[in-house]
This record gives sequence, structure tokens and C-alpha cells, in this order.
Amino acid sequence: MSRRSPDFHPALRLIHWLMVALVFTMLFVGVGMVSTAGPAYVSLLALHRPIGIAILALVLVRLPLRLATGAPPLPDDLPTMQKRIAWGSHVLLYLTLFAMPLIGWGMLSAGGYPVQVTKGFTLPPILPHDLRLYAVLREAHTVIALLFFALILAHLAAALMHGLIRRDGVFRSMTTGHRRVPATTSEHDHSEDTVRPLA
Amino acid sequence: MPPFSRAKASAFAVIGAIVLLLVGAFAWAAGWIGPRRINGGDVTAALEYNTGKPEDGYRRAHSKGICFSGSFAGNGGGSALSTASAFKSGRYPVIGRFSLAGGNPLAGDGRNVFHSMALILKTPDGQEWRLAMDHTPIFPVADVASFIALQRATKPDPKTGKPDPAVMKPFLAAHPEVKAFQAFMMKAVLPNSFANATYYSINAFRFTDAGGTTRIVRWQFEPEAPLVGLDKKHLEAMPRDALFNEIIARTAKGPSRWHLKLLVANPGDVTDKATVAWTGPHRTIDAGTLTIDAVQPEETGACRDMNFDPTILPPGIAVSDDPLLAARSKAYSSSFTRRAIEGSHSSAVGEDLAKEHAR
Repeated sequence: MSRRSPDFHPALRLIHWLMVALVFTMLFVGVGMVSTAGPAYVSLLALHRPIGIAILALVLVRLPLRLATGAPPLPDDLPTMQKRIAWGSHVLLYLTLFAMPLIGWGMLSAGGYPVQVTKGFTLPPILPHDLRLYAVLREAHTVIALLFFALILAHLAAALMHGLIRRDGVFRSMTTGHRRVPATTSEHDHSEDTVRPLA
Repeated sequence: MPPFSRAKASAFAVIGAIVLLLVGAFAWAAGWIGPRRINGGDVTAALEYNTGKPEDGYRRAHSKGICFSGSFAGNGGGSALSTASAFKSGRYPVIGRFSLAGGNPLAGDGRNVFHSMALILKTPDGQEWRLAMDHTPIFPVADVASFIALQRATKPDPKTGKPDPAVMKPFLAAHPEVKAFQAFMMKAVLPNSFANATYYSINAFRFTDAGGTTRIVRWQFEPEAPLVGLDKKHLEAMPRDALFNEIIARTAKGPSRWHLKLLVANPGDVTDKATVAWTGPHRTIDAGTLTIDAVQPEETGACRDMNFDPTILPPGIAVSDDPLLAARSKAYSSSFTRRAIEGSHSSAVGEDLAKEHAR
């Protein structure tokens, strides 16, 4: 769905940046904890599960909100191919936000582990106890995480290209938003990188 | 496209720098760059080196085992130290595994090595407590680097069946704690049954009571069956599966029982080194009775596809400052994932049973 406003819904922007913090933390915690048999392993694992479930909860709120409020249209002068890539990459980002926590949850279930989110909060298993299934999901969890990081870097680079090079308002649609001005004068705004108060 | 400007070039440079910075930070977090870290794979690799080859589908340590089931009856006494539900009065189902140390799943039982008991204790409120214990109150090493060095140094020479003295001598000189452990194992009674051994927590744990007071605790399961030792001079003469067949025969006649004793650390007790025993009198609480009333080969029992990770603990029990706990958790997980990928294979006890059926 296309959105009349040039910006994403403010709630969507808030969730986006909250998830940026959580997903980055998660990826770094994830590769960090598998890299060590030191005491950090236990502490990082204790962080990994609640953050994962928080990401799942947030994307469960975010996707309906995104579908209901839509996205502002991309600039008219953007080549069709780039628009398609942008659309496809966002579909993949959303898919992965759902898939990673679910694979983690399913992997613990298949491994016969208690899905202990915090000390006092344990989730029920979502898959049967099956080591073959565990092995596949455990591999998938790593491979998808690395691809996810690469996808996020591409997403970030593309966003910065919009913000710093094209200066076409796309970057601002997910950050501070556009100034409320009559529609006729806001077509080409070249002050993308100037600091302005929140709309 | 407008002509390429200096401003645009610097914008590209900024974007490139941000991406590179993130890739670099990620590579550092993952341990791909920077100082070398010891991970779970290093531990399993050291265990495989000691065994001589990876035993596909089996635990990389304590690969020879048998499943059991039973129950734990909490008597309420442990609630003085921890809010864990297992300590409340009541009977809770238990599954577990007896095992012998070493990476060869078909090794003989006549070896002066760890006799071990692992447990999974679940309470109706969803709490789960996993325990992995040995029959010695102390462990040979206190940290993961020493554990890896121990596995490498004690690899049996194929010719002599004993570790290479040229490797062992300097290793023991650098690790007096291993030397002390070996002296202990030489003297200590080697139980002639899984049922009459005391099983120790190995590490210390942090227990928190209902009032919020935290104490450091080690525990031990003390058997009702009187301890009788094996003749250590004639271990080689034992049938391959003597201890396993003994526990099968014994359990067919009746259950075996242990009393869970919780020992509270005295001021000055070492809590972060499993190599150091706690000596002298300690405040000790009898928390309940473990009853094992059935054993099963790994092929049909519930223990094989489980990871007895000692850091899976209920509320009221947490890991202590002992670095070995994280190392055990990581190494067990690494071994678990490897054998999950490889697929499972038959156990020594399972093979014996199959042969018997074929007769």
C-alpha cells in the first residue's frame, strides 16, 4: 500500500530504530557467544534469548502496522529495477525478522532444551524433540544470521546513498520526517542532512 | 546523473567507511580477527585428538553410557538455601545417564576414570534442572585452556597404550593440579558399581533463598548402597561391559537410592576452582532422595538425545564464578551439535542386548 504522507508512520519509525538497536545487539551477541568458551558465553546466551523474543514480539506489531499505514512512494526518478530491488530487500528483511527468532525457538525445541527466555519465564516447545531437525535448524540459524548481517549492511548503504548522495527524502522518511509545508514546494528538498526538529 | 563532485566522493567515502567499520566490528565480535579465543569446537577437537578419531554420532566425552529413569523426592530441607521448586516437598520425575569418561563408546569398563551420573529433573511448574556429576569431589583442571592441554598431553601412544612421557612430564610440571588429581585417583576407591558411588557437582553454584540471600553451594549424591571398590590391579581382566551389566542386573532386582547433600561454602573456600576440595566441616543439608528404578540402553532410553548442560538451572540456582561451567556448557553444546549432524549410532549395552536376542 502506498502512503500519502512522504514519511513512514511515526510509530513505525520508532519501532524501526528500536529494532535497529536490538537486531545489531543480537547479531553481535550471537557471533560473540559462539566464538568463546569463556564466562562471557553464559552471560551472552542469557541476553540472546530475551532479545530474540523481543524482536519477534516487535515484528508481530510492526508488520500489521506497516501493512495498515503503508510506505511513502519512492522517488519517481528512481529506476524501476532499483525500486524492485528495494521492495524485494524489504520483504527479505521482514521475513528474516520473523524467521530468526522462530528458528532459534524451534531449534531449542528440537534439541530437547527448555526454551528458557529469562530465569522465571520458559516458553513451550514449538517443534518435536528430534536431533536431525535440531541439526538442520542449528545450521540454518548461523547461515541466515550471516546473510542477514550482509542484507542489513546493503540496506544501510542504500539508505545512506539516499540520504547523502541522492538527497531525495527517502532517508528522512524513516528518520526525522519532512517539514509540514505546502505540497507544491516540497518536491525537491536538498537539505536532507540538515538537522531539524521532529515534525 | 549530475557530474561527479568532490562532495559526492566524500559522501561515498563516508558510506564505505561506515560499512567497513561495521564489518570490522562484527569480525572482531565473531573472533575472526583479533586475539585467538578458545571456543567449544577447540574442546571437542582436543577430545577427538585424545580419542584418536572423532566417534561420529557419539558424545565426544563420556561416550559410553546407559539411560535410567526414576524420581527425586524433595523433603523441603533444600528450601532453606534455594527457591528452586525441586527442593519443595514432593516427588518429581527424573531421567538420566550413567557413563564412563573417554571418547570411545565401546571401551572396556576396567579403567580408572570418572564414573558419572547425569540427571534432568523437572517440576510440574515447568522448572528444569540439569546436572552432570562425577564420582570424584575434584576435577583435574580448573580452566578450559588446561583442559585442552590435558587432552592433548594424555593422548595414549598407540604402541604403549599410555601417554607419551616426553609430552606428559613437562605438562605435569606446568600443571601441579593435574599431578595432585592423578595422585588422588591412584589412592581413591574406584566404585565397583554405578549404584554405590557418590556423585559430586564438580563446580560450585550460587543458591538464592526466598529471602534473597545468596550462598555458594556444592552438592553430592550419597548412595545408600555401601561403597565397594574394584581391584585396581586387575582392571584389564574385567569384561568389557561389567559395570553396565551390573547396574542392569541390580536394577532388575530393585531400585537404587541416593541422598542429595547440599554443602554451603565456608568463608575462605575456593569457589572458582573445581580442582580444590572443600575440607573440614560444612553446613550440610539433606535435600531429598533420588530413586533410580529403571535402566534402558541409549537406543530406547530418553537420555541419548539430551545435552546434560550443567548451566541449565531452575530459578534459585545460578552459575558461580567458576569459569569451568561456561566451558562445560559450550563444549557440551558443540559436541551435541556435532553428533546431531552426524546421526546416532548403537551403544555398547544396546549391542549386547541385540546379540542376546539373536541367540
